[in-house]
Formats: sequence, structure tokens, C-alpha cells
Amino acid sequence: MIAIIDYKAGNLKSVERALNKLGYPCCITNDKAKILDSERIVFPGVGAAGKAIDDLKRMGLDRVLSQAFQEGKPILGICLGAQIILDRSEENHTPCLGLMEGEVKRFPSPLLSFENEQLKIPHMGWNSVRVLKKHPVLPGIMPGDEFYFVHSYYPLPDSEDHVIGKTDYSIEFPTIIGVKNLIATQFHLEKSGRAGLRILKNFCNWNGVYAE
Amino acid sequence: MLSKRIIPCLDVRDGKTTKGVKFKGNVDIGDPVEMGKFYYEEGADEIVFYDITASSDKRDIMLDVVRRVAKEIFIPFSVGGGIRTVEDMRSVLLAGAEKVSVNSAAVKNPEIIAKGSKAFGSQCIVLGMDVKRVKASDTIPTGYEMVINGGRTYTGIDALKWAKEAEGLGAGEICLNSIDADGTQDGYELTLTSLISENVNIPVIASGGAGSIDHIHEVLTRGRADAALVASIIHYETCSIREIKDALHTRGVKVRMTW
Repeated sequence: MIAIIDYKAGNLKSVERALNKLGYPCCITNDKAKILDSERIVFPGVGAAGKAIDDLKRMGLDRVLSQAFQEGKPILGICLGAQIILDRSEENHTPCLGLMEGEVKRFPSPLLSFENEQLKIPHMGWNSVRVLKKHPVLPGIMPGDEFYFVHSYYPLPDSEDHVIGKTDYSIEFPTIIGVKNLIATQFHLEKSGRAGLRILKNFCNWNGVYAE
Repeated sequence: MLSKRIIPCLDVRDGKTTKGVKFKGNVDIGDPVEMGKFYYEEGADEIVFYDITASSDKRDIMLDVVRRVAKEIFIPFSVGGGIRTVEDMRSVLLAGAEKVSVNSAAVKNPEIIAKGSKAFGSQCIVLGMDVKRVKASDTIPTGYEMVINGGRTYTGIDALKWAKEAEGLGAGEICLNSIDADGTQDGYELTLTSLISENVNIPVIASGGAGSIDHIHEVLTRGRADAALVASIIHYETCSIREIKDALHTRGVKVRMTW
């Protein structure tokens, strides 16, 4: 069973639908025992970092996530779930979960393109990812594949070792990050068509082992 | 960099699509779920379902369509038409749509944009704008006026002023439809599209007038649109989404080429 962490943060249902489509049993839950019993964890989220962290703490899910991470359970963060696994966020200076060392940054403003045009924030729409490292969730992903993004902040791990893929939006920023049994994408796997579903499927078959 | 998006629009009445007479293969022409799935597999970057059901007591039919679509397509899709309240928005988003678009209701009651974006996030709220060209005046300095009720009612509101106001209220995106160009297949309204796109900092989807790949190319370049809404041109198979994207790619426009 795959546990989708329920902390009232947005795109839970769409992740559930994608997993159902792929044929993997899953449940949306905030039950600690159920989460710790699960085979793997999906940690989605949209919205503001501060509120998400508050909700997680209030439900005690911050400790559950840390414990599951320590135990080696495969964990997948999506969008906000790829941000608040870091130490802290610039979004209202929020302390975060600290599963990976680093900070969540806001896009600089104004953000200018190569042609000196002002780019729109949030970064919303389809963009490609430059894959820097092999990872067990990435087989089947081709160089031209694009993914669906909606965000104004991005994750910046302290160590380049944890950056698996980057995306260019005038600046190049990390969009796939991972350490040990934790992998996370800034883009929405559940809204990125075939390529997104492929990563989701690979995650569902991953044993959580990743040698950096 | 971001790709320019190609977005098919499906009109839905009483749970059935109203265009798409020439579909090949086994696609059920009248079924919005089947058509949505077809375009998803054909490389659409997003899909718009526009509910043109006249009577409001049939709203639940559309919600059922949305629920079924959400199980089949794994790209963003939005739902518009008949959205009048924050509760309407909530039902559509809970049913599985990524975004919801408001049009007439927002002109009559701009607060719905602010309330919607506060409740669900700006990225969920698309402002639909129906615009007609008029003589420039003190109240309509740009010569583009907002119209509502399917283009029948003039509002006395300048289109650019409204776009900026809606952005300030929290609209996350604008779907800009030229009533003059709509249905002509003579090309998008380029002046209007670039006017709005250059003066707001949210994405603009151009709508109305696509009759050829050249039209789509010019609205994404000279018109400065972030996305192009397409309807008849693909429903009647003037060209496929693949052909549109191949041509744009060849001409140097960044579009998503694998799916």
C-alpha cells in the first residue's frame, strides 16, 4: 500500500487518480500507524510553506515523515512536497522539515529572459528538465520530455550531490532532488502526461536504494 | 524555458460535446471524456471544457463529466461556463479540474476572483474575457470593450483596465477571446492579444479566430500570447495537434514535442 500524506494540501486526489490509473493500491491518510506501515509514501502539496508546516506539525506528521525517512522507506515529494523537505524556506522565513540540507528560494524579481523580457512568475506551464544523474526513478525519461510546473519558489539543496535534474527559466534551478530513499520533483508528476506517469510508476517499483 | 501551450477547447452541452463531426477511429464524437482523452493522447498541453448548458439545474451533469475526465487525462484541464459563485468553483475543482474560469460572473461581481484565489490559489483562477472592438472613447480608451452574456451585452468597461484589475484581484491567468475574430477562422486578434499580454504579468491564452497554423504561429510570436486556444481547426481536422506543433517547432517556437 502506498500512503499519500493527507495534510489538507491540495493535489492529493489527482495523485490518487494517477496511482489508480497505474494500478497501484494507495490511500490518502493522516493515520500515523498506517503511514509507518505503508510500503512507500507520496508527499504532495500546493500552497504556502508556512501553513503546510504548521498543519504537519499539528498532526504530528513531521515526526512520522522523519521516522519513515530514517527507516529507509521510499518517499516521493511533489511540488510543495519537494520544497518543505529542506531546512528552511524564504517563504515567510519558515523552518521546514530538514530531511535534506538546503533552502527554498523565491525566483528573483524581476526575472529577465535572454532577450531582456520580463518573465512571468509563477513559473507556470511545461518545461524540460536537464537530468544530471542517473536515478532509479528516471528510466524511460527522454531528453526532450517536458513536465508541468506551477510555482514561485524552488528547492536549493546545499549539496550539488542532491541535485538530480535542473530546469531553465532564465536561471537554472533544481527540479529533481534526492538523497538516499527520498526523491522529489518540483513539477507535478500527476499532471505531466506520459513522462510524469512514468516517473510515478518507477517510484512505485523502487526499493529506496540510491547510491550517490 | 516554458513551452507555448496548445489548448483544445471543447464546448459541452448537457454532458455532450457540440463539435467534432469528423473524428476518425473509434472515438465517440459526442462524449467529452472520449474527446478529452483523444486530445490528451494527441499531445494537447491542457484542455478547456466549456459548459454551455443553458439551464442551471443540469450543473450536476457537468460535474460528472469532470469527474470522469479526471480519471482519464493526466495533464491540467480547466472548466468554464456557468461558474457564478465560490461554491461553484469548489465543486468543479473537487471534481478534479485543475483550474476554473469565470467570465460574466466576474464582471458583475469582481470579488469572486479575490475570494476564489484566496480559497484555492491564484493558479486555479482563470479570467475569461470576451472582448469587442469599439470606437475609442474616454471610458474605453483602448477601443476594446468587455462584453458579457455571450457577447450580447456591452459593459462599458475597458478590456485592458479590466485585465489589470482582475490580475490585482488574484486572477492567475487570462483566457482572452475576441468576439470579432471568434468563428471567422481569419486569425486571432493580434493587436488585442499583444496589448493585454504586454500589460499584465500573468499568462494570456489567445482565443478566437484560429483557421490555420500560420494564425497560431503569429499569435504566439507577434501576439505575444503564452498559449493558443484551438477549436474548429482541430475538431474539423484542418490539422492535428502534432502538425501544429511540428510546424511551430520548425519555425523556432518552443513547444512540447514528446508525450
